[in-house]
Amino acid sequence: MATLTPTERKSPEPARAAPTRTGVRRALSSPLSTVAVLLVTVVWTVPSLGLLITSLRPQQDVAQTGWWDFFAHPHLTLANYHDVLFNGGFGVSDGLMPYLVNSIAITVPATIFPIVLASMAAYVLAWIPFKGSDTIFFVFFALQVVPLQMALVPLLQLFSGGAHIGGLTIFPAVGMGGSYAPVWIAHTMFAMPLAVFLLHNFIAQLPRDLIEAARVDGASHFRVFRSVVLPLATPALASFAIFQFLWVWNDLLVGLTFTGGAPESAPMPSRLAQLSGSFGDHWEILTAGAFVSVVIPLIVFFSLQRYFVRGLLAGSVKG
Amino acid sequence: MADANNGRIEIESVTKRFLTPGGEVFTAISDVSFTVEPGQFCAVVGPTGCGKSTTLGMVSGLDRPSEGTVKVGGKVVDGITDGVSFMFQADALLPWKTVLANVALGPVFKGAGKAEAQARARDWLRRVGLAGFEDRYPHQLSGGMRKRVAMAAALINEPKILMMDEPFGALDVQTKAIMSNELLGLWEQSRPAVLFITHDLDEAVALADRVVVMTSSPGTVKAVYDIDLPRPRGSVQEIRFEPRFLELQHQIWDTLREEVERAYARTAGGPVTEGKAA
Amino acid sequence: MWGDTSIKLGNMFGAVAGFLGVLLLLFYLAGFARGRLSRRLAILLLLGPAVLLLLVGIVVPAVRTIYLSLFNEDSTKFLGGGNYTWAFGNSDIHQVLLNTLLWIVIAPILTTALGLVLALLVDRLRGQAVYKSLIFMPMAISFVGASIIWKFVYAYRDPSQPQIGLLSQICMWLGWHNPPNWILSHPLNNFLLMIIMIWVQTGFAMVVLSAAIKAIPEDVTEAAVLDGAQGWRLFANVTIPMIRSTIIVVLTTVMITTLKLFDIIRTMTGGNFGTQVLANEMYSQAFTEFNNGRAGALAVLLFLAVVPLVAYNVAMLRREREVR
Ligand SMILES: Nc1ncnc2c1ncn2[C@@H]1O[C@H](COP(=O)(O)OP(=O)(O)O)[C@@H](O)[C@H]1O
Ligand SMILES: [Mg+2]
Repeated sequence: MATLTPTERKSPEPARAAPTRTGVRRALSSPLSTVAVLLVTVVWTVPSLGLLITSLRPQQDVAQTGWWDFFAHPHLTLANYHDVLFNGGFGVSDGLMPYLVNSIAITVPATIFPIVLASMAAYVLAWIPFKGSDTIFFVFFALQVVPLQMALVPLLQLFSGGAHIGGLTIFPAVGMGGSYAPVWIAHTMFAMPLAVFLLHNFIAQLPRDLIEAARVDGASHFRVFRSVVLPLATPALASFAIFQFLWVWNDLLVGLTFTGGAPESAPMPSRLAQLSGSFGDHWEILTAGAFVSVVIPLIVFFSLQRYFVRGLLAGSVKG
Repeated sequence: MADANNGRIEIESVTKRFLTPGGEVFTAISDVSFTVEPGQFCAVVGPTGCGKSTTLGMVSGLDRPSEGTVKVGGKVVDGITDGVSFMFQADALLPWKTVLANVALGPVFKGAGKAEAQARARDWLRRVGLAGFEDRYPHQLSGGMRKRVAMAAALINEPKILMMDEPFGALDVQTKAIMSNELLGLWEQSRPAVLFITHDLDEAVALADRVVVMTSSPGTVKAVYDIDLPRPRGSVQEIRFEPRFLELQHQIWDTLREEVERAYARTAGGPVTEGKAA
Repeated sequence: MWGDTSIKLGNMFGAVAGFLGVLLLLFYLAGFARGRLSRRLAILLLLGPAVLLLLVGIVVPAVRTIYLSLFNEDSTKFLGGGNYTWAFGNSDIHQVLLNTLLWIVIAPILTTALGLVLALLVDRLRGQAVYKSLIFMPMAISFVGASIIWKFVYAYRDPSQPQIGLLSQICMWLGWHNPPNWILSHPLNNFLLMIIMIWVQTGFAMVVLSAAIKAIPEDVTEAAVLDGAQGWRLFANVTIPMIRSTIIVVLTTVMITTLKLFDIIRTMTGGNFGTQVLANEMYSQAFTEFNNGRAGALAVLLFLAVVPLVAYNVAMLRREREVR
């Protein structure tokens, strides 16, 4: 969607007002529109509120009455969270804790790897022109079109079996059981086209003087990249980092495919999707589990809203 | 690897073509030849867009000629030229580093230890009159002070060649005069060869030993003038009233005016845009 | 348990440290190169990894998927276009394609329309930041989390018992005393699932469109107002045309997300009860039926559906940038 540029000031942000003196807004202004917006906001918020309240109610209450009954009989407990994280609760063996740890252990490297590798590539494509560099950039750009699904099966075969030509192994099997490596690598690969494209747009517009002065002073390209380009590109890196972090944290498809849902390595969403299918009636477990998984993105959302929106808009066509 | 032990710059029949985004070939400079002797102050003037910056880029090794050769110290430039420093119109200071760290960056890039680099940076800041400002950040300084920092950063590596691409282009007239005087003072001390780009003819004549006039795009060398004003020149404001200065200035302006008018006529058809960094 | 956790987090830190360490070492060593070699090394070491990842991770697998789609389930027998004729001839897949079509038409249009209305209304309100934040918030939540939230809204209980699902309860409050089991009711369930998508994406549409509306030059609207345009006329003749390309970009962007949609279906129904869509069917063919040929064919269909949308999207964005 929107692209990041170093001079970007007017990025769309939900939390900023711009009073318009004339136009449609005033023409449409009426108490009716206030009511309409209020209504939408309520409809948008109530389902999440129901989730939160249910996750905090005692098990019996949840089973016997709707969550709105809470306002008549407020009982709060953190027992569901304890159960869902450590014990597992009714009919569910083991808690979600291992999956939460997996989510963290998957997301941090799967955010750092692509950002570093993509910014390296973006620097070359923007600042070390060579024959064919435009073509390479275009290919990166064009590959954003390819949906994940196109690569899933062959990539899984590659990771579990390696690649061989005749008797020669050209790509070793990564090994699937209980290792994070396949998910890290898969996320890094799938992030590449968008990451290179967005970071290139930003890095190409950095001031030429700063980079050339360092080069003439005798700094190697690596040095320039590390000491000049990366610090200057921090805003773009931060936006993309937030986007990629959320993307990986919220992802189901890649996590499910490349861990097979195993507790040793599978992230939260794949476990929740499983629970939702098989234990759909134990809402105290499901709602607490779901809330555990959404709380981190929500913290990011409410504390870094401006960067969050920028990152999200920049990356919204990914997949 | 070119070496600037003797900083003689020889530009021989250099042509540079660019591939435009539209896919056409654009000739920025064509068959440019001139020489800068070791220790000589050489100014290059010409209309905006005639290829002055392009020429400089090839001397520093940041860019490669399409045809012809650039030699520094007798060796063909291949990769970044050793013993060269650059000063741009923008200050090229890293905003997240202090003044001291910015000046020390050159020696650090060259491989000096941090303590030594900082000691030298302190010394150079003193020489440009900024002792006491070591811990400030670039945005806390005035334009003239930032220029001084940039000058210290350019000279700290004791270059054999100093390349300046409109270094004072963005300054007001008074600050520009002060900075020019200081530049001359510092230059007298170590005497690197200087390649100084400007489109201010007065500035070129006041500072340089040699003035190269380039034609409008595609740039070629139109004429080369040796400036025989005695050194040390003293204040650049005062030299402008000396008869010999005026004589040279008129002579060069006659050559240059035609090119500037031609370049202007070319852009006047469309919206007249002021070239940012010429 | 805690031991397990520390091993896992240790692995994570080890991987990150190892990765950065190797890079720094390579950079350090390569930094000694001079002249032409230094340039070549820089290109190789900085660009090489990204290109390699792209080749191994996307280009080669995508080509291989096309190749696999021409074979039977375990890739031992060449079928030619067999998997594609299956996809267009099988009545189950007809339902899948029909559902997918419904999704990509209805969900994006409703999302964009609602986003546009909100964009027009919300900016004038006091406390607009709060409204915008709350409406945008679902964007932060995973589709899995969103699905669970809505699954709870749609939860069914026998009408004789106290309800726990909000939707059923509202129906009862409104006087409909035996609401159906929502998720099982075909074709209604498709639309109920679409609501989740709309719930998640409307905030995105609102924020983008609101920015576009703010970017309309004041003098354009002012001139129109002086010419006598008011309210709806102004909206239809000035505002909409001015942000037309943004509307299309939002529409196609949501459409692309919808086409690739997998998580909601997987979490809500697993593709049962007549709610299957292309992306989830592809997954089921690959990982429950283990039919790589059919999965490949469905992936290719998905790809072919996405390409024109992305191409159009890019063309719009480009044109918009040129105009500016
Ligand atoms: N990398 C490049 N690609 C294409 N054209 C360029 C490039 N660099 C410079 N040019 C063109 O070459 C001409 C000369 O540029 P430059 O050397 O910057 O002029 P000057 O410094 O004399 O104003 C200009 O018309 C400019 O547009
Ligand atoms: Mg220039």
